[in-house]
Formats: sequence, structure tokens, C-alpha cells
Amino acid sequence: MTAKHQRLTLALLALLAITGAALLALSGLRDQAAFFYAPADLRRAPPAAGTAIRLGGMVARGSVSKAADGVTTRFVVGDGQATTPVTYRGILPDLFREGSGVVAEGRLDTAGTFVADTILAKHDERYMPPEVAGALHKTETLER
Amino acid sequence: MIAEAGLAALWLAAAVALLQLVLAGVALRGGQAEVLAAVRPVAVTGGVLALLAFLCLVAVFVRSDMSVLLVVENSHSAKPLLYRISGVWGNHEGSMLLWVTVLGLAGAAIARIEHRLDERPLVATLGAQGAIALGFFAFLLFASNPFARVAQPPANGLGLNPLLQDPGLAFHPPTLYLGYVGLSVAFSFAVGALVTRDVGPAFARAMRPWVLGAWIFLTLGITAGSYWAYYELGWGGWWFWDPVENASLMPWLAATALLHSVTVLATRDGLRAWTVMLAVVAFSMSMIGTFLVRSGILTSVHAFAVDPSRGTFILALLALYIGGALALFALRIGTVKTGTTFELLSREGGLVLNNLLLSVILGVVLIGTLYPIVASAFGVQLSVGPPFFDKAAGPIALALVVALAAGPLVRWRRDRWDALAGRLLVPVAATGLALGAVVLFAPFKSVLSSAGLVLAAGLAVASVAPLWGRNLARTPLFTWGMVIAHLGVAVSLFGMAADAAFTRETLIAARPGEQVGVGPFRVTFDGLKPAMGPNWSALEGRFTVQRGDAAPFVLRPQQRFFAQPPTTTSEASIATLWDGQLYAVLGNADAGGRWQVRLWWKPFVTCIWAGGALIALGGALSLLGRIRRARLRHEEAWA
Repeated sequence: MTAKHQRLTLALLALLAITGAALLALSGLRDQAAFFYAPADLRRAPPAAGTAIRLGGMVARGSVSKAADGVTTRFVVGDGQATTPVTYRGILPDLFREGSGVVAEGRLDTAGTFVADTILAKHDERYMPPEVAGALHKTETLER
Repeated sequence: MIAEAGLAALWLAAAVALLQLVLAGVALRGGQAEVLAAVRPVAVTGGVLALLAFLCLVAVFVRSDMSVLLVVENSHSAKPLLYRISGVWGNHEGSMLLWVTVLGLAGAAIARIEHRLDERPLVATLGAQGAIALGFFAFLLFASNPFARVAQPPANGLGLNPLLQDPGLAFHPPTLYLGYVGLSVAFSFAVGALVTRDVGPAFARAMRPWVLGAWIFLTLGITAGSYWAYYELGWGGWWFWDPVENASLMPWLAATALLHSVTVLATRDGLRAWTVMLAVVAFSMSMIGTFLVRSGILTSVHAFAVDPSRGTFILALLALYIGGALALFALRIGTVKTGTTFELLSREGGLVLNNLLLSVILGVVLIGTLYPIVASAFGVQLSVGPPFFDKAAGPIALALVVALAAGPLVRWRRDRWDALAGRLLVPVAATGLALGAVVLFAPFKSVLSSAGLVLAAGLAVASVAPLWGRNLARTPLFTWGMVIAHLGVAVSLFGMAADAAFTRETLIAARPGEQVGVGPFRVTFDGLKPAMGPNWSALEGRFTVQRGDAAPFVLRPQQRFFAQPPTTTSEASIATLWDGQLYAVLGNADAGGRWQVRLWWKPFVTCIWAGGALIALGGALSLLGRIRRARLRHEEAWA
């Protein structure tokens, strides 16, 4: 094999690897990317029950309650237009609070309740997750 | 005064970076020997000035000078000294200043200690380093001035995010940055080599220790960050595929590939163009990571409150440097002569496979990380998380482990399949035994975790195989380094797979006096008492833990209340045993007086970070071995 041939072979291999990575990634993304929804989006076009999604909005005041087992929390997420009931089994993050922003990962059950696997609350007092800011901003624009 | 001195040092450093770039340009265009000789001292001056600016910011934080905006927003005089210092980089401006300081120091280090490279490529390298520094100095001065004053100094500051008030902050960002920004040296070497058309084994041998050094710090920084997230966030996980974690993983993947391809170039003069490309890619990944973290487009612990216009600035710098380097590559690579060829079955071939697989993983992680950002530009909000990365990157990583096990047993130049099969006999047998043990005894959680356990055993045996039949006392230090680093991969992989396969979890609401079980442990909730820290108060739970007849021990998870800024955090309590960690988190109380308690028993989870430390240790031994051999050669040449 001449040097030139080998160089070409290696370049082709590299190209193949990168294309392979891209194809692999894109096919994985089609199945595994979780879409972000605000409660208004969920009302307008709800995804199929069981699809992994992210829900973002504000925790409605007075909506947080605990189930009898002491570790399941129920609350309502709203975006000013619509609301979605959420259940979560686990310890809530330290910055989870009524009236403040939240992003939940999980899926809708058949009754329309969002079953969260993970709750992400804003990380500090001055900070709001960009998705929540986006969702709230969208709502404001729609209301006008 | 100190703040003004710092700002002045920053401006001067920027001016010196410009001078460095211009002088290098003049010198390479046929300037006199004096100009060529001036570049080194200029680069050292730039590094010293950047360090001076950084020390000024540290001084301002230590003195809690509330007339400086950054101190007001991120510090508080009641904070312990350690967090007043580490708080310097616990915010956007300060962490960018640390970034640039490391960049300047890297340039100064090249100028001071690199004597193997010819003078012309060296000057071109320093010119490239000056160009990068100039852009990031401009970013600091025009968009992120850390020394801005406030008109009316308040009585005290707002404090530091309590999640960051941890010894981890003192260690993780500086180490990570040494690695991240240390890769700029590889980038500048590549640019210098392209400018002077000097790509060959000498270039590779000069670049290798720098890549190795940056890679060691990057490995340590990622390992430390992973452990920090594990104990501080209280989620029991050690890797979340958070975009910011990916931002540190991507340069590591590229640097790991570079480390191996640069060896092919140094030893066998092969993979010339590919190595130069990887050096450009590795630092490009660092810059992309910086953009992701510092532009505020991500939801993350690392996303400090930032102004979105800064994102545009960094994006412009990215386009300039990456685009410029790629354009230079495209223009010049045709003039670089092809290196030597090699057989498919050879160490070189194995290292090519290593590079291809690492590149594929890098590609998958890069696409998965950028996809949500690109999608949101088109108005689609989505997120890509662990399900995607585990599925897409996991299998390739395991394929890489197989290549890693066999690679060091293949000879340079050419090898025979039957000879290789003979050398692989024992590792394959070990893998078979492990397969049997896993099928019989380990619970099946996922293909990935079971395969991980099996391959970890095979890799552990294969990684020490290069030492068999050798005189251990005469084995070169860099061979030891390779063996230990590869063994570290096996140890880490075992930890990851064991954590995925064997973790037990209990989540309950308990009253004091109640007893629960998790894995082999009986845990008794004894009660709660208040506790005090320097700038926090806490409620501390007391849990007595017993396994079988062994002596009981106590776990004390806390709910901490910080006054400034007013925040509650939970501090997990972790007991490290020889065979794993017991992890306890105290949640909130309900009206009935029950406390949420989450317990994990994580067998062998510590192996994850022990493996990371071994990988870095292997790198350090290898670096030491290279330096020692270079010094011996140098002395022989003079003798």
C-alpha cells in the first residue's frame, strides 16, 4: 500500500466514523430527545401518554401537598394560561418552592397527570431556568 | 486601589498579547534575530501580568472590598476565608479571569521551558497563543470586567451560592481549567507547525508532554467534579450528562485521542495531518465548552446569572479561532508530506481504531449537546438527557474498551494474528470467567451494566499483560504509566457498572425511633438536633447503621440554612466502607412529624473516582518517564 493510498483510506475511515456518529446520534435523538412543554402546550397538543417529556412553569401557590406515604408530593404547575397536575416520588430539591420556577422530567399518565422522575428547581435566588423564562415569556406574548 | 491595579494589569496583559502576536508575525516574515529573540520574554511578561490581575481580584475578595461590584454580588464578609478565595472563580467574571490567567501562564510556560522545538515553530506557537489570549482579554475588558466598581458601596455582599460553598470549589475549577486551557498549547503548537510547515516526529515529541500535562489535569478536574456533584447535589448520581459535564468530557475525549495519535507521530512518523487536526479540535472543544457554560444558554449549576450579549461575543471568538485554524489547516495540509505507512494489524492500526472510536463518541456527545440549542433557535424546545447518551455512546465506549484491552498487546509496525491471539489468551479466559460469574450472581439491570462488569474484568487482566515476562525494574516509566492508566479505566468501568447493577435504594418518611433496611444494612433513625457552622445553621439527623454483627456507625445528614443568600441545602452524609458507600439524605418534615429519608447502598461506587485518579497517575508517570528520557538523551548528546 502506498503512502497516498493509506492516507486516502484513513481519511475515508475518519469520514465514515464521523458520518456514523452523526447518523447514530440523529437516530437516537429521534427516539430519546425529551420535548419541552409548558402547561398551555400540553393542553393544546398533548403528547401520547408515556412519552418522555419535560414540563416547565411555576409551582402554583397553595397547590403542594403530600400523599399518605410521606414521600409522594402532588403539586400543580401553571404558566398563567393552563395548569398541569404533577406527582413526584422523592425528596424535592432545596430550591423547590411555591410560586417559583420549576422544570420536571417525566411523562403523562393516562389520566393527564404528569408523573415526574426528576425535579429541577432554579439554582439560586437570581436565576430562572431559561426554559421557564421562555415559557412564561411565550404566555405573556400570547395574552397580549 | 487594588481593583484599579488589577484592571491596569489586565489592559497591559492585553497589550502585551498584541505585541506578542505582532512580534511573532514580524519575526516569521524574515525579521531580525533580535525580534525572534524578543518573543519569549514578551510571552513571559504577558503571563506574569495576567497572574498579577488575578491576584488583585483574589486580594479584593479576601479583603471583602464592597466597593467592587463582583464582591458585592458574590461574596460576604462572614464567609470563611477558603470560600472568600474560591468565590473568586464562583462567578462569571472571576472564572473567565482564571481562564485567561491559565492561558497566559501556559504561554509563559512554553516560552520558559520549551527548548526542544526549533526557534521558528516556537515563535509561531507563541504568536498563536498571543492571538488567543488577545481575544479573551478583549472579552474580559469589554464584556466581563471583573474589577467594575459600585457608586454606593453597601454594608455587605449578597453572598455565594451555598451549593458552591464547598472545598470542591477550591479544587475542581482550577484543575479543570489547567486542563481545558492547557489544551490551548496543543492548538498553538498545531498552528505553529502549520505556519512553518514543520509537522513531524520532532513536533510530536515536543508537543506530547504538554498534551499529557493538560490531559492529566483535565482527568483530575472531571473526576473531582463528578465526585463533588455526587456528594453535594444529594441525588446519588455521579454523572448526569448535563451539558456542562459534556463540555468538559468533549475536550477530554479529543485530548485522549490526541495523546494516542501523537505517540504514533512521535514513534513512527504516521498520522501527521490527523494529529494536527486533533490538536485543533481538542482546544476547539474547550472553547465550545466555555461558550456553552459562559453564554447562559444552559440550565445548570454552572450557569451563573449572565447577560446574553456575552454569548454572542464568545461565539464570535469561537468562529474566529476555530474557523481560522481550520482554514489554515485546509490551506497548508496539502504541503505537509505524508508520513510512513503501516500494516493494518499493528500498534499503529490499533491506535487508529482507538482514535476512530473516540471520535465517534465525541461526535455523538457533541451532537447530543448542541442539538437542543440548535432546535431552540428554530423555536423547538427539547432536551437531550441520559437515555440518549447511554444508548448512543455506551455501546461504542464498550467497543473502545475491547480495543483498549487488545491494543497494547499488538506490536509496532506489523504483527501476526495468531501471535496476538496467543497473547490475548489469558485476558479472554478472564473475560469468560467474569461472564460466567456475572450471569450466575449479578442481578440483570441492563445489557450495558452487565457487559461493563464483564469487560472491566477482562480489561483489568489485559492492561497488566504488557508487563508479563518483563524485568519490572527495567521497564520504562512511561510503560508503567500506560499500564496504570489502562488499569484505571478498568477500575472506573467496574465502579460504574457495579453502581448501575447493585445499587439499593430506600425512600421513606420516618419518625425518630423507626428502623428501615437498605441492602445489607439496618438503619435506625435516632432523632434530630441543631448544628451550627461558620455561616449556616442546620438540622442534623442521626442514623445508626448496622450490618450483621459488625460495629454500628453513625450517619449525620443535614438540612443547612444559609442566611446570605437565604437558602436551604441538604448535605448528604456518606459512609465509605471497603466495598462501597452508604449514602443518606435528609428531606423535609411533614405535618405529622415524619421526615423524608433517602438511603442508597452503592457497592464499589468509589471505584469510579479511584479509577479516575489511577488514570491521572498513569499520565503523570508517563510524563515523568518522557521528561527523564529526554533529559538523558540531552546529557548523552553533550557527553
